[in-house]
Amino acid sequence: MCLAIPGQIVEVVPGAVAGAVVEVVGVRRRIDLGLLLDDMPVAGDWVLIHVGFAMSKISENDAREQMELLRMLGECEAAVEEVAGYGLGDEDDGRGQAS
Amino acid sequence: MKYVDEFRDPRLIRRASDEVRRLADPARHYRLMEVCGGHTHAIYRFGLKDLLPDNIELIHGPGCPVCVLPMGRIDDGLAIAARADVIFAAFGDMMRVPGTTGSPLEHKARGMDVRIVYSPLDALKLAQANPGKHVLFFAIGFETTAPSTALTLLRAKALGVSNFSVFCNHVTIVPAIRAILDSPDMRLDGFIGPGHVSTVIGCRPYEWIAQNERKPIVVSGFEPLDILQSVVMLLEQLHAGEARVENQYKRVVPWEGNRAALRAMAEVFELRPYFEWRGMGFISQSALRVRDSFAQWDAEQRFDVPGVRVTDPKAAQCGEVLKGVLKPAQCKLFGRECTPEHPIGALMVSSEGSCAAYYNYEHRKSLAMAGLDAHD
Repeated sequence: MCLAIPGQIVEVVPGAVAGAVVEVVGVRRRIDLGLLLDDMPVAGDWVLIHVGFAMSKISENDAREQMELLRMLGECEAAVEEVAGYGLGDEDDGRGQAS
Repeated sequence: MKYVDEFRDPRLIRRASDEVRRLADPARHYRLMEVCGGHTHAIYRFGLKDLLPDNIELIHGPGCPVCVLPMGRIDDGLAIAARADVIFAAFGDMMRVPGTTGSPLEHKARGMDVRIVYSPLDALKLAQANPGKHVLFFAIGFETTAPSTALTLLRAKALGVSNFSVFCNHVTIVPAIRAILDSPDMRLDGFIGPGHVSTVIGCRPYEWIAQNERKPIVVSGFEPLDILQSVVMLLEQLHAGEARVENQYKRVVPWEGNRAALRAMAEVFELRPYFEWRGMGFISQSALRVRDSFAQWDAEQRFDVPGVRVTDPKAAQCGEVLKGVLKPAQCKLFGRECTPEHPIGALMVSSEGSCAAYYNYEHRKSLAMAGLDAHD
């Protein structure tokens, strides 16, 4: 919950709520950009993600290092599981509601 | 001894480690506190203690949100969730944390509707998908997660979702540092400041530590090299008789923090006059509650909350360990009654808790060397 997960913005989703599709080690999920309103990322940018929200923009190199750090801390699988779990009940990913 | 070659850039690690040895005065004993649980985990995982001279002691601070939550708050949340129409939603970290009558996971086994969510927004979605139920989101965390809960409440209000509420246990890191500095049995020389909390609050909130308490603080990244560099920066300040706030983690932490996140928090939350921290007692203005303008989404205003207070088991010395007065292995229960598989204190539950980190990396290693197996 406290260690940030690095991901790359695949697509900024237009709409009333600032959101984006992000990719983390091959897993694509919807995240919220509401905490980066002052410094909105664009497709291709790298961000640090906490509990479904992009928290800060980072460089590609920092993103790679952060993922390596998660791997070394044994937190990589948990991070991917977290990202895969985002968007519970989302219609667009067809997963329905989790239990 | 940790072999320097195992690190990604052994040359830089060796240089930083040499620099620490050059700067550390052999006649002094340095006590440096890493405030954040993520740092504690990294320090154990990478065996950083082995790269520091013996007279530099790293003290593990209170920055693990699961660990500092008093058991009574878990009982309170579960008491609300005992109502038949309530779904209890929380992050996975919370699921194994024991309450008086068991953890959320154990309550689930007994029939309570308990769901793991990875984002507070997903708890809100759960409410929208279950109009006949009420979804209670058990919110925990420092300033890293509080803005996400705030935005979720703003969203709930905008969408008019009425079957959703937050049981707010968000805490703030600076008052906890103040409480530690005020504690008479604690003498510290400086702080390794939290990394991700600081992406939100920035570096200014730490300035009083330098100015009033004359202690240096260095906001640090999480890599082994980051942490060693932060120790070097602290020693340089101590060597020069200075006390400043420095930012080692500039690549992620802006000095002013994240204004959008601070705005969302200010709109939704206000400071509680005081809040209980496990092992540390009541600390004034150390936690957030939901503002009256969001009362409809505040579980504490919406439901009868028993307000349970539970004293920790007397034999468990979580408070002393949390404040850094005792090392994990000095607690009477460590590794015997209290293990990661059967935790008694919360410090043994989370991977960021200093007891679990010590157990997983140091204790298992020494058991293996003695030819014994840990209990798993």
